[in-house]
Amino acid sequence: MTAVRLTDTTLRDGSHAVRHQFTIPQVRAVAGALDRAGIEVIEVTHGDGLAGSSFNYGFSRVPDVELVAAAADEVTRAKIAVLLLPGVGTVADLREAVAAGARVARIATHCTEADVSIQHFGAARELGLETVGFLMLSHRNSPEGLAGQARIMADAGCQCVYVVDSAGALLPDDVTDRVTALVQELGDDAQVGFHGHQNLSLGVANSIAAYRAGARQIDGTLRALGAGAGNSPTEILVTAFDALGVESGVDSELVLAAAEEVLAPIVPRMPVADRAAIVQGRYGVYNSFLLHAEHAAERYGVPAYQILKRVGERGYVGGQEDMIIDVAIGLRGELGVKENA
Amino acid sequence: MSRPTAAIVGPGNIGTDLLVKLQRRGVFDVRYMVGVDPASAGLARARALGVEASADGVDWLLARPELPDFVFEATAAKPHSANAPRYAEAGIRAIDLTPAAVGPFVCPAVNLGAHADAPNINMITCGGQATIPIVHAVSRVTEVPYAEIVASISSRSAGPGTRANIDEFTETTSHAIESVGGAAKGKAIIVLNPVEPPLVMRDTVFCAISPDADRDAITESIHGMVAEVQAYVPGYRLKSDPQFDDARELWHGQARVAVFLEVEGNGDHLPPWAGNLDIMTAAAARAGELLATGAAQPKEAVSR
Repeated sequence: MTAVRLTDTTLRDGSHAVRHQFTIPQVRAVAGALDRAGIEVIEVTHGDGLAGSSFNYGFSRVPDVELVAAAADEVTRAKIAVLLLPGVGTVADLREAVAAGARVARIATHCTEADVSIQHFGAARELGLETVGFLMLSHRNSPEGLAGQARIMADAGCQCVYVVDSAGALLPDDVTDRVTALVQELGDDAQVGFHGHQNLSLGVANSIAAYRAGARQIDGTLRALGAGAGNSPTEILVTAFDALGVESGVDSELVLAAAEEVLAPIVPRMPVADRAAIVQGRYGVYNSFLLHAEHAAERYGVPAYQILKRVGERGYVGGQEDMIIDVAIGLRGELGVKENA
Repeated sequence: MSRPTAAIVGPGNIGTDLLVKLQRRGVFDVRYMVGVDPASAGLARARALGVEASADGVDWLLARPELPDFVFEATAAKPHSANAPRYAEAGIRAIDLTPAAVGPFVCPAVNLGAHADAPNINMITCGGQATIPIVHAVSRVTEVPYAEIVASISSRSAGPGTRANIDEFTETTSHAIESVGGAAKGKAIIVLNPVEPPLVMRDTVFCAISPDADRDAITESIHGMVAEVQAYVPGYRLKSDPQFDDARELWHGQARVAVFLEVEGNGDHLPPWAGNLDIMTAAAARAGELLATGAAQPKEAVSR
């Protein structure tokens, strides 16, 4: 039993950054390298989870079940995880993923809506899966409120509830407060995890704060490949926990090689904390919105960061990518009026 | 001539909103409200509105000396599946507001006439009632190989039934996008948003279309359909003109039309942001009235 368990989600959250175009050879190469390095859990799914392939979130090049099957075939030790957002994916999708080799179900809801996941946790446990709950955009709920939502998930069969900083908006003290509240609420009923993003360059610092507050599962992606400004880099998490003397069970050299030699060559554009991504962190905007906002910006001739700022002000949540187009149309009208004045 | 009589089974938010609508419109004489919890606020509200109400379930309803002509069911899928054969046996026509889908899917603006004689009709889902007319408006002009809808509703308008059965929403809506909307393949997504003040219901419809489809004809068809839905849901409106995007490789070489809708409720029971509730009860009321008055003349089913 290691002190902290790292889950790598390059092949799920990283899918956003490649517009869900991962191929089977790419998935085999990345999953194989992570497995050899000793990563215990590797998440493989469309960025928006099972059945995320759509107009709204972007169509996958290869169906989830084929990517899951390829990853499951490639690894020797690691467990393959899949993400499911109730309202997008269903229990039927989860069953197909299990048949393809998935062994961990990660069920994600907005941080105030945990009760929509109850049927999925029940089904996942019946299917013999390990379960993880994702409370997305955790900055939008208080520590106490978040703990109450974590309790709903744990009672439904969730074995580890994550504080998910989907917008990269949390500061280290915010992470400490939320993780502490969840640990107190859950006790021995479930573990606590943390999923960080880089919008304010705090992914790794926040992960360390989470560990110190009692989180025992931490997410990362190779080279920070992920939505928005990207995720906490797995290879830096391994290195930083090693420096802290916290055992992660991952081979430092092999994970650095996975990042440098396997992932970097296959990704054309790495996420950076640019203006739009920093605005996301500051206004708490769901990171997956970034590329959609850039596309709408180009289509409607309005700046992406302005779209994202308004999306944040209106309080849209994960899944409402369609509202980005709506906001862009509205902004075009407003800016057009100004030009004519 | 006496008015047709009705019962509502399920005194929650939907049942209560429906009662307010049916009483105001006056086509039906609503005689009974049926629940299972004696402490239900909905039963008390129904009594206050002059309706005989009981917490003794469908057994009580079927033991009434005067059975209703119609029952509107606003419970959940499982209870309706159990109750439906009993209504049929008693000769009561059922309008089902749950995702049980015992009877055929009905969207009043699209296919009510096709099921004018059905003993049991299903009202699909709130997201389905908001979006399927638009899918149909496109598919009656050009082939739609794939249609996708996103329904965003305020958290406060999503009751325990919706939350416990969110898979049924996506599955039922997806099927109806195909069978009623006329798309070859359908997909549905639902998102709950807790922001305060609550967001008015929003729905987006994406249809894949041929790159050379007649865009003006599609736009005209959509505007015509919005007017038809507005006849029974006054707060149903387009947020912008239909948006056309040219073909892309990532879309398998198809072009796309995107339609952005807002559904503001009538404020009958829940406030206007609960457009999801309003469009469901308005569609059920409309369908029930058309069936009861025989105004729903059989017409050709969706051709595609």
